Amino acid sequence: MSEKKYSKKHEWIALEGETATVGISKHATEMLGDIVFVELPQKGKGLNKEDKAAVVESTKAASDVYTPVSGEILETNQPIVDDPSNVNKDPENNGWFFKIKIKDKSELDSLMSQTDYEKFVKDNPN
Amino acid sequence: MEKTALYNFHKNLGAKFVPFAGYEMPIQYKEGIVKEHISTRQSAGFFDVSHMGQLFVSGNNSLEQNLEKIIPLDFKEIKMNQSKYSFLINEKGGVIDDIIITRVEGGFNIILNAACKDNDIKEIAKCLNSESKYELKKNLSLIALQGPKSEIILESIVQGVKQLKFMNGDFFKFQAKQIYITRSGYTGEDGFEISVQDKNVENFTKLLTTKGAKPIGLGARDTLRLEAGLCLYGHELNQNISPVQANLKWAISKRRRKEGGFNGWENIKNDLQNGVSKIRVGIKPSGRIIAREGTKIFSSSGEEIGIVTSGTFGPSVNAPVAMGYIQSKFSEINNKILLEVRGKKHDAVISKLPFYKKSYVK
Repeated sequence: MSEKKYSKKHEWIALEGETATVGISKHATEMLGDIVFVELPQKGKGLNKEDKAAVVESTKAASDVYTPVSGEILETNQPIVDDPSNVNKDPENNGWFFKIKIKDKSELDSLMSQTDYEKFVKDNPN
Repeated sequence: MEKTALYNFHKNLGAKFVPFAGYEMPIQYKEGIVKEHISTRQSAGFFDVSHMGQLFVSGNNSLEQNLEKIIPLDFKEIKMNQSKYSFLINEKGGVIDDIIITRVEGGFNIILNAACKDNDIKEIAKCLNSESKYELKKNLSLIALQGPKSEIILESIVQGVKQLKFMNGDFFKFQAKQIYITRSGYTGEDGFEISVQDKNVENFTKLLTTKGAKPIGLGARDTLRLEAGLCLYGHELNQNISPVQANLKWAISKRRRKEGGFNGWENIKNDLQNGVSKIRVGIKPSGRIIAREGTKIFSSSGEEIGIVTSGTFGPSVNAPVAMGYIQSKFSEINNKILLEVRGKKHDAVISKLPFYKKSYVK
């Protein structure tokens, strides 16, 4: 798997061939608190970069999750729907949200590296 | 923005703060809302509720009669050191605030919601005569200790509290100082509310933590009270909702339900005799969908019939829970309804309250 990249909306994406895995960052889960509900996109759905793809709800509020790249949804992570606390436990591995067949790899260029994202989070703590 | 006397103490415990009714209050600590909720249900948790108003009212022989104009309780029924849940009622029969009132030596202690307290005092003052005095205690903190281990923990710090029955209070000694403690709370658990001087509150609260009580923020306070089916002012209650609509007529004393004689009586009498067109109910969404405040409620035939006033995920019932107002003819338990969340209608049923069974010590 290639190096993880991050969006300003706190999604991470990791590319493997033509398929990218997307989830929300550890920082995002810390901001949200305990996640109690996850709604994932339909398999086969076509999405454009920055479209709403999923919903997470914590005990506090509901938040949208956006796709950092355009493409077609190939697979979704049912275990986080069945037990949403799986997102809090391991947000950047087992707590992934969906796999997307990437349309245009150049869309990844505008995303941040882990180091840049960490700096971004520090500068924008909320 | 105001701070309670425990602000730095909370900060050192890793609290996240939110503005609430003009105060910076902890919404959660390091463990998070779900763990805090479960700790309270399984063991014991403490809440800083010092933002709430602690009003002491005293006066001559006509005090009780005057308070009966705005509070629909039978004051003759309230024994010394007994607490009652009730309301301040406006002239239309709406709720100005929901309160806990306790008879003490020389008068009454009234606990007021933080967002309402300044207005409450004005409204209470209107009913009192020149012989009456009232004082909002500015140098007192209020700590709620809630959960099944509350009694053991508090007894180890303040001897004698285990004798208290639910909704009763008394003075006790803590480090040679008198403090007033009631056995009460708002989580559906056994527990106590402890009124302690600001300058001693940190000492007191530190002792609670060393005895095993966990700090609990406003986030878990909300999930706990919602599972217990309890109203939160500004959500289930406001100036345009009558206690009868709120399904709280039990909090109007029997004699007062017959005789009236308080603000808004004509409207409340009408509600009692002819029923109400909308009423507060519990709502259980099917699946895991969460219906937050403002969610529209529809009948199974698609007619809009109500609105959600509070909704969250209940960690102890392990399911989403909500409360709201609905046209009375749809309010029967187990009646099927629809909730509109993010543009889609989801199944739900009217549920009995509480969602979570109480374990108060009677």
